[in-house]
Amino acid sequence: MEFTTGDLKALFGAFSVRMATERDRLCALDGVIGDADHGIAMEQGMKAAADAARAAEGTLQDVFNAAAKGFLNAVGASSGPLYATALLRAGKAAGPRGSMPSGELRTVIAAMRDGIVQRGKAEPGQKTMLDAWAPAADAAVDGQDADAIAAAARQGAEATRDMIATVGRAARLGERSLGHPDPGSVSAAMLVEEICNAMKTA
Amino acid sequence: MNLTQKLINDGNAAVDEMLAGILAAHPEHLWRPDNAPRAVVARHGPRTGKVALVIGGGSGHEPTFLGYVGRGLADAAAIGNVFASPPPQPAVDAAMAASGGAGVLFMYGNYAGDVMNFDMAAELLEMEGIEARTVLTTDDIASAPRDQRQKRRGVAGNVFIFKAAGAAADMMMPLDEVERIARHANDRTFTMGVALSSCSLPQTRRPSFDLPDGEMEIGMGIHGEPGVRRGPLRSANDVADEIMDAILAEMKAPAGDRVAMLVNSLGATPLMELYILNARIAERLKAAGLVVHKTLVGPYCTSLDMAGASITIMHLDDELQRMIDHPCDCAMFRS
Repeated sequence: MEFTTGDLKALFGAFSVRMATERDRLCALDGVIGDADHGIAMEQGMKAAADAARAAEGTLQDVFNAAAKGFLNAVGASSGPLYATALLRAGKAAGPRGSMPSGELRTVIAAMRDGIVQRGKAEPGQKTMLDAWAPAADAAVDGQDADAIAAAARQGAEATRDMIATVGRAARLGERSLGHPDPGSVSAAMLVEEICNAMKTA
Repeated sequence: MNLTQKLINDGNAAVDEMLAGILAAHPEHLWRPDNAPRAVVARHGPRTGKVALVIGGGSGHEPTFLGYVGRGLADAAAIGNVFASPPPQPAVDAAMAASGGAGVLFMYGNYAGDVMNFDMAAELLEMEGIEARTVLTTDDIASAPRDQRQKRRGVAGNVFIFKAAGAAADMMMPLDEVERIARHANDRTFTMGVALSSCSLPQTRRPSFDLPDGEMEIGMGIHGEPGVRRGPLRSANDVADEIMDAILAEMKAPAGDRVAMLVNSLGATPLMELYILNARIAERLKAAGLVVHKTLVGPYCTSLDMAGASITIMHLDDELQRMIDHPCDCAMFRS
């Protein structure tokens, strides 16, 4: 099965709808250990990414690049540079092609993880979005099926409850961050789920 | 839960509508470059051969940041969404408009998002042949232990730290020297705050955190990040004492030294309460043998509609005193 630029534009549309739906829940999670704006940043960022992707012409890489720029310029914040870099890396992995086999969305997930590591310089276990992206990428590189990759991301996000934040804004909380999931990892698991849905239906 | 009451039109448009109002109110101080909707530049200030001081960060802290753009202080500011770092482009736009060919100094509070976005902006400027350096402010002593000063947040002390760097730039000092003075000012500035109620974002109009009636949070950040300790609300003198004990212990200023101080409202706390705090702070400084050279009282670095206050003390020396006394003329701050 082929994953086309049209499918990619639809995927950004799905990201946007999902983040808008979950906005208040993500803000509430962020309010516990951060500044309560994570849902807003993700909603605005993915709306801008979806708009830019829809307007973009050209290859899969062109659509990813347009979405990256759209996301970054809409939000800034921490999620802006992290997801913009992730999406640029994803575009590079997808390459200047009009479509790719949908199974190659696995390399897209791994590339997004690589971009987040490159920009944020975090490691797994520090209670960040990487704690969802890294297990998802590991499962993807391992060739697991879409449901297993999505489950890995969800479990990764859930596991942040037991972590003490050591980078990012929540790091100043020390042990007070224990018991609360990292909102960035929760939204990351949702995005991985949408990619995995696309992998199944494309 | 009831939504908080705000005089807004559309939560998502709040920052841009505020900017339109500020530009309409202060045309003699501020202008906005074409095609740069989130950059504001000082009408007077940027000039050939002068280091450009560019500040910025999320909105919701007014008059920080854009209120401190003006001659003798910052040359330009990049403006983010509420409590969110601006993306790289507004910082590039601000720097390009303010650049006088002597380099750019970015100054902003130490938050992960701001660091990533401004670092990307600095890389973009480098490609344009403009040297951009960065000094992060880290004055919030409640946000990390003393031996991890580089991890601390930047909060209301920004006002004095930006002021010192802006004065150095206005005196036409070279980039090395402006950067050195900025770091020196940051090293000698100490802030701690207390929150009495939550703020709420214009987009959600819900409290950002729960703070039960009768409680306060000591050391809370200016975005509502949890502080060091939560406990029953105490008197102004007790709160001033707790904060001053922490600041004085860290500052270790010998008797006879001079300080500049700021009693800052986080948004909803009125001047009456700030001046009550100030009476106690002045007593404490006097008891420590310190001389108050300058006092600022009011809303200088806010957190939307949060109730609470912060105390900032800058430990002056001759050089910093000269910088603090240098005149500045900004839309929301003159001295």
